[in-house]
Amino acid sequence: MSLEIDCRQCGRRPVAEFMFGEIPRVPDELTDPDERDLDRAFMHENAEGPVTERWFHAFGCRRWTTVERDTRTDEVIGSAQSPGYPVER
Amino acid sequence: MNEFVERLISFGWREPRPSYDVVIIGGGGHGLATAYYLATRHGITNVAVLERSYIGSGNSGRNTTVIRANYGIPEAVRFYQHSIELYQTLEDETGRDLMHLQKGLLWIAHSELGVRAERARAAINTAFGAKTEFVTPEEIARICPQIDLSGGGVWPVQGATYHPEGATARHDRVVWAYAEGAMRLGAHVHQRTPVTGLLMDGDRVIGVETPRGPISAGVVMSAVGGHVSGLAAMAGLRLPIRSHPLQAFVTNHYQRQFDPIVSSSDLLFYTSQTPRGEMLMGAEIDRQPSYSYRSGHHFIQQTAFRAITLLPFLRDLRVLRQWTGICDMSPDYSPVMSATPVEGFYVTTGWGTWGFKAIPAGGEGMAGLIATGEPPELIAPFSLDRFAKDRTLADRGSAGTH
Repeated sequence: MSLEIDCRQCGRRPVAEFMFGEIPRVPDELTDPDERDLDRAFMHENAEGPVTERWFHAFGCRRWTTVERDTRTDEVIGSAQSPGYPVER
Repeated sequence: MNEFVERLISFGWREPRPSYDVVIIGGGGHGLATAYYLATRHGITNVAVLERSYIGSGNSGRNTTVIRANYGIPEAVRFYQHSIELYQTLEDETGRDLMHLQKGLLWIAHSELGVRAERARAAINTAFGAKTEFVTPEEIARICPQIDLSGGGVWPVQGATYHPEGATARHDRVVWAYAEGAMRLGAHVHQRTPVTGLLMDGDRVIGVETPRGPISAGVVMSAVGGHVSGLAAMAGLRLPIRSHPLQAFVTNHYQRQFDPIVSSSDLLFYTSQTPRGEMLMGAEIDRQPSYSYRSGHHFIQQTAFRAITLLPFLRDLRVLRQWTGICDMSPDYSPVMSATPVEGFYVTTGWGTWGFKAIPAGGEGMAGLIATGEPPELIAPFSLDRFAKDRTLADRGSAGTH
């Protein structure tokens, strides 16, 4: 079973139809503007566990959707359709 | 030598000491090679390599063992060519049969754009010391008669670069040879010893926390594959790394000899024959960053389709097994071998899909960096601060496949 992304319009579709979009998060501890720029351009959280990320349904409805996924298991634990999930950014 | 040679290798396992000059986290090829070269080239033997599972259990045991130097930028060509040369003498140096086999590597182009890219590759390789030449379809047919030059009628072969020094070696044996060599000279290797935390003194790393007790160290080096971001976060360091799964599979025995390693950028796959006769195939990384070792049917389907386009005989074979490794991808597709802003903490990471071929040169370079405090010339361009200095090493030759 390969990963399936829960698209807002199309429901669960194979990951091959999507393009990945990271939500960059610059830590608040970084205050120097140059360091913040560097971090935003190159550094990654690369978290082991639940992450919130954006996926673009390139071979489908061509819209962005938000998905919460556990990077240890590739399990989709939440998506834009989940009850109580925050409104799309 | 036969397969049972493994039993003759003499590892000297010992109990951990409370303190070492150098602690290396990660008992894969890069970590063990660094310990080996610290001992052999610099006489530093008060060294421990900590491995959370067994040595070579991570990406060193999951890669597709391609050794090549046909990269796309001068820094990388020089570095990987040095690694090729170290591999060629490694069997004599360690006294172990590593099943190192020089096969030659064909990198096929199917379009005008591909031909231009391969000609550029041959030019830059020749200029910086690697042996790569552009070959025509007729010469490709001589080197590898199994290739369908019409590319299934869809992907006609327009040309290729031939890299005669392309080779493969047995990955376990490389890991074992470095471990044995380092341990013989007094270095310690501790298996089943995960690092659960870093001991800090202000901004300085002074040791590691393990379930077998704290170990203090003059220098801590991370040679972790796949989980390096979490380790660096313990030192308050952020890395330009995203970890992606990379899958590969082997077929059952192909009853004829298949000499070269064959790659294609346009079709995005590569294949070679293992010493057992299996056809080994790989393609690009999975698109989602992940730490999951799960393999997918989708990958086999796509890669098999591309492979059969170029090598029709593959359609008669069956997939035997499939596996996944976790690759640390850097933004510019080049490795990071460097000191860090955290004193006493060194990293060798960003080995993406090109780590195995770099084991000797990467280990030698990191050993030189730790022993002298100055990065050796070959690895100096691959420092972590290249991103801040706008000196990134974007390498189209590494392609994110093998």
